[in-house]
Amino acid sequence: MADLPLLLLLLWALAAPALAADPRSMLRELEAQARAANPAFKGFSAERGAAFYRSERPGGDGKPVACASCHTPDPKAVGRTRANKDIQPLAPGANRERFTDPAKVDKWFRRNCNDVLGRACSVEEKGDFLAYLISVK
Amino acid sequence: MKQSLRVMVLVVAVGATGGLLASGGDESRGRLPAVTHAQWQAECSACHLAYHPGLLPERSWHRIMAGLDQHFGENASLDAATAADIDRFLAANAADRSDHRRSRRIAGSIAPGAAPLRISDTPWFVREHREIAAATWRRPKIGSPANCAACHQGADQGDFSERRIRIPK
Ligand code: HEC
Ligand code: HEC
Ligand code: HEC
Repeated sequence: MADLPLLLLLLWALAAPALAADPRSMLRELEAQARAANPAFKGFSAERGAAFYRSERPGGDGKPVACASCHTPDPKAVGRTRANKDIQPLAPGANRERFTDPAKVDKWFRRNCNDVLGRACSVEEKGDFLAYLISVK
Repeated sequence: MKQSLRVMVLVVAVGATGGLLASGGDESRGRLPAVTHAQWQAECSACHLAYHPGLLPERSWHRIMAGLDQHFGENASLDAATAADIDRFLAANAADRSDHRRSRRIAGSIAPGAAPLRISDTPWFVREHREIAAATWRRPKIGSPANCAACHQGADQGDFSERRIRIPK
């Protein structure tokens, strides 16, 4: 019975990695959502994601704004916030911390989609976007 | 002999205590007291450095935390529980609740009815930085007065001492 704490520790160690997300598991999760909402869903497109990443829209201050405005046209590059602080690269290939924390990803999709599009991003937009970032080598 | 030894011990002890007090106060080196709060650190350092709570009075922090959805043109909104938690931390360590000389000067420079949203708008800030030209603030590596860390190398630890100032070209 003395082994019980050890057993629990082992179980915990095994369970912990399963709880942590990674970019591909997040993409699969988005796929499941897209399919549930639309039976005709044909899969995400990295190409559409690339176009979405760069497409400019009129921003709040009149100046055009895109995801690339802060994250730079190259998702492997270091970007800059409006308050002039560095933003570490968004592409998981260049920054292993990206798309590993679902709450953080949700929070920034909510803020940045609203900032750039004036509305929330659709599941398709998020999936294309992530498919693109994963494809960047 | 015994007597002089005792005096020596006394002198060393007093000297050491004095040294401790001087460095513990951190005032000569211009450092604000170290503060930690995990959520403040994570949420308020994403777009700029996490501004030390001792740089604004409590009423300013409440205003900032109540308007995060329209925060200097950005949407910095948080869930209500996190926002309330950070608000409490900022208020408890605010300039008008601090004994630190610098915090007291900041708080004292603001009119009682005013609650500025910017550190860089306080009369104290304007006075400390009056020698910096408008064109300097706009240099690409600086951008605006809000970018304390561009010039103050220890800004993220609340260290604004003069020997750690370097203005980027
Ligand atoms: C005004 C500047 C700005 C714009 C425009 C912007 N972002 Fe961001 N984005 C940020 C900042 C700041 C962060 C968080 C920085 C950090 O975590 O280091 C971030 C983080 C993210 C993250 C979190 C990723 C992770 O796992 O950490 C996602 C997702 C994201 N942005 C998506 C977008 C999308 C989609 C767009 C365009 C619709 C966009 N961003 C436009 C500033 C911006
Ligand atoms: C989404 C990005 C973002 C996040 C997150 C954010 N801020 Fe800001 N904040 C800004 C921008 C942009 C400015 C204006 C910078 C400038 O004028 O150059 C600013 C300015 C400020 C200023 C005024 C600086 C000055 O003296 O001029 C304070 C104080 C401040 N923020 C506090 C906070 C606090 C507290 C939090 C956490 C609850 C926070 N910010 C989170 C974007 C953000
Ligand atoms: C363009 C560079 C620059 C930026 C940006 C900047 N400062 Fe300064 N700051 C200075 C210089 C230079 C001095 C010294 C002025 C003097 O001694 O004449 C100074 C002085 C100070 C002092 C007094 C230091 C002392 O020991 O007397 C404090 C405190 C301070 N700054 C805080 C801030 C804060 C907080 C911010 C951001 C909200 C900020 N500064 C942004 C350049 C800057």
